[in-house]
Amino acid sequence: MTAPLHEPTAEVAPSAAEEAAVAGTDAKAVQGRSLGRIAWERLKRDKLALTGGAVVLFLVVVALLAPVITSLYGQDPDAFHEELIDPLFGTPTGSLGGVSGDHWLGVEPVNGRDIFARILYGARISLLVGFLSALVAVVLGTILGVLAGFFGGWVDSVISRVMDGLLAFPQLLFIIALVSVMPNQMLGLTGSSVRVFVMILVIGFFGWPYIGRVVRGQTLSLREREYVEAARSLGAGRLYILFKELLPNLVAPIIVYTTMMIPTNILTEAALSFLGVGVKPPTSSWGQMLSSAIDYYDSDPMYMVVPGVAIFITVLAFNLFGDGVRDALDPKASR
Amino acid sequence: MTTPAKGDGTETSAAGAATLTKDAAAGETLLKVTGLQKHFPIKKGLLQRQVGAVRAVDGIDFEVKAGETLGVVGESGCGKSTMGRLITRLLEPTAGKVEFEGKDITHLGVSGMRPLRRDVQMIFQDPYSSLNPRHTIGTIVGAPFRLQGVEPAGGIKKEVQRLLEVVGLNPEHYNRYPHEFSGGQRQRIGIARALALNPKLVVADEPVSALDVSIQAQVVNLLDDLQQELGLTYVIIAHDLSVVRHVSDRIAVMYLGKIVELADRESLYRAPMHPYTKALMSAVPIPDPRRKHAKSERILLKGDVPSPISPPSGCRFHTRCWKATEICRTTEPPLIELRPAQQVACHHPENFEDQAPQDTVLLTAAKEASAFVADEVLAASAQTSVAVAAEANGSTEVEADADADADADADGQESTDRQK
Repeated sequence: MTAPLHEPTAEVAPSAAEEAAVAGTDAKAVQGRSLGRIAWERLKRDKLALTGGAVVLFLVVVALLAPVITSLYGQDPDAFHEELIDPLFGTPTGSLGGVSGDHWLGVEPVNGRDIFARILYGARISLLVGFLSALVAVVLGTILGVLAGFFGGWVDSVISRVMDGLLAFPQLLFIIALVSVMPNQMLGLTGSSVRVFVMILVIGFFGWPYIGRVVRGQTLSLREREYVEAARSLGAGRLYILFKELLPNLVAPIIVYTTMMIPTNILTEAALSFLGVGVKPPTSSWGQMLSSAIDYYDSDPMYMVVPGVAIFITVLAFNLFGDGVRDALDPKASR
Repeated sequence: MTTPAKGDGTETSAAGAATLTKDAAAGETLLKVTGLQKHFPIKKGLLQRQVGAVRAVDGIDFEVKAGETLGVVGESGCGKSTMGRLITRLLEPTAGKVEFEGKDITHLGVSGMRPLRRDVQMIFQDPYSSLNPRHTIGTIVGAPFRLQGVEPAGGIKKEVQRLLEVVGLNPEHYNRYPHEFSGGQRQRIGIARALALNPKLVVADEPVSALDVSIQAQVVNLLDDLQQELGLTYVIIAHDLSVVRHVSDRIAVMYLGKIVELADRESLYRAPMHPYTKALMSAVPIPDPRRKHAKSERILLKGDVPSPISPPSGCRFHTRCWKATEICRTTEPPLIELRPAQQVACHHPENFEDQAPQDTVLLTAAKEASAFVADEVLAASAQTSVAVAAEANGSTEVEADADADADADADGQESTDRQK
């Protein structure tokens, strides 16, 4: 403790170095627990969140492997099976909407496409739009929110007013209007791909102010912390403060809001497809299946139940997982 | 608080400074501040028009000599912390000049300041917010080397572990995170970070006020030891007078963005000249149970510090001073060296001859303020201030009445003390 700090005498120097060397070997044993690890340990104890997480993981795997699973299952999502349809009413023959060993969840009315296969493919659209639009929102929201909070002044004024404007905007009407004037071909994409691409961009674009506001507020409070001043007093530039001091502390709220945003976006996608401005048939989507099931709600209720349950389970799983992540990362926040 | 070995301590530290510091010999001026001002603009409305300014620091001059410790005291909101951030150039001064080792650093930019950051370091008040919770101790204490591009002999890790040892922490805790430490330990980490680059000047902004009293002593002693070993120069900002008394060689008393008194520790504590200093001193509790029934000589200052947005004219203390006269309201007293090594800005100083004896009428506010001042203090003031003396003479003419008044005042004083 009394070892001089600098220019030690010749006698002291080697012993201090030795001590440091000994300490160096020991230091590996004493590993601190980072806030991230503590959050992970907290999350591991939350059974409900883990269940939600497992379901989310399962859904992602299923969506990714949809072609493999359907080929093993032996049904093509777009293949018609008119032989299974009652020619008089247009509804599937057999109980529960035509559930059988070949068609686990039955077939669609009129054309007899396999519902299970279409649900699998629908999951791809839902998750794709959900994740990518959240990504767009997070990237935009984080960049603009940090800029607003960090630089303040007129930058903050402009970005904040834009956020207010977007939040007040009737986004669903705007998207419906936008999609109806969409060309059928764009940037080398055609048909449903165009629609998916536009939905991702538009949902993401209208979603960023939610994350942007949170990030801006956090940045505002973090930049006044003394550790930011300490970094400045060591000669740190703005970029260092932004990336080394502020962003690591923004990761937690960003993760929380992302996990909360994905299910909302999945629902928005379903709503858009339900309203007929989402993906175009024959590409399947849960919202679109629900929409076409409405015509058969009394003659073939199973057709409506299956995509409804799929949406329900997906959103519930994401929400449970998101709640758990929030509790783990920010135990002080109230439920 | 008694500080028996203090005299010796400062001498050895001065001697140590002479041998240890490389450039500035002890006693040479390390930091020179002239006319320093910081006004924070108040903006209003859509166009962000400036409607006023918070005059946090409003024209201060002082010097810090190599190897010494300058203590800065004052009430909350008097501009101490702003002053600290100005001399470390975390804030840009509105006016005035800051010179470090003769170099003007007043308006240097981030890159211009970078090389100087090695020489001027800061210890922060709140050990809970001064360490980034996402970084390990190794990263935090090693940041100075990375930011300055310095590669210490034996590598950053070894140097960081040595620094941890120097401040009394276990070097094995290199990989731990701030939340795994107590407040006192965290403050030691902050000190290690400040010392990493072997600075010449360390500005400590309330280094112990967030800590337990027992831990305060440890940290203060650590700062003291480090100064002796490394020949550091400190500017210690605090509102705890006993802490300041323990560590400082010289003390600056600030009030509303101005230095009202700047003196050697001994002179200041023995014979404070500015009434504000005297009031501050009288507020230090004396840990002696036998004094419980003794008459308190504490001076109660009425009200709060006035707003720094529109500070009082003349002497800024005149609204709360029991000696204030007309001249205090109209003319700002300059900070002048009345006694060797004791600068005061006051027209009617205590323990010294009156600077404005022609002014013999107390302000109404001063009469009200004197009701909260103990008789002994008033009597002492009367010896140096013509106005207070005149007031005292005036009241004796009303004879017994005044006596009864004074007694009642004293009683009232005591009872308020007891209530506290």
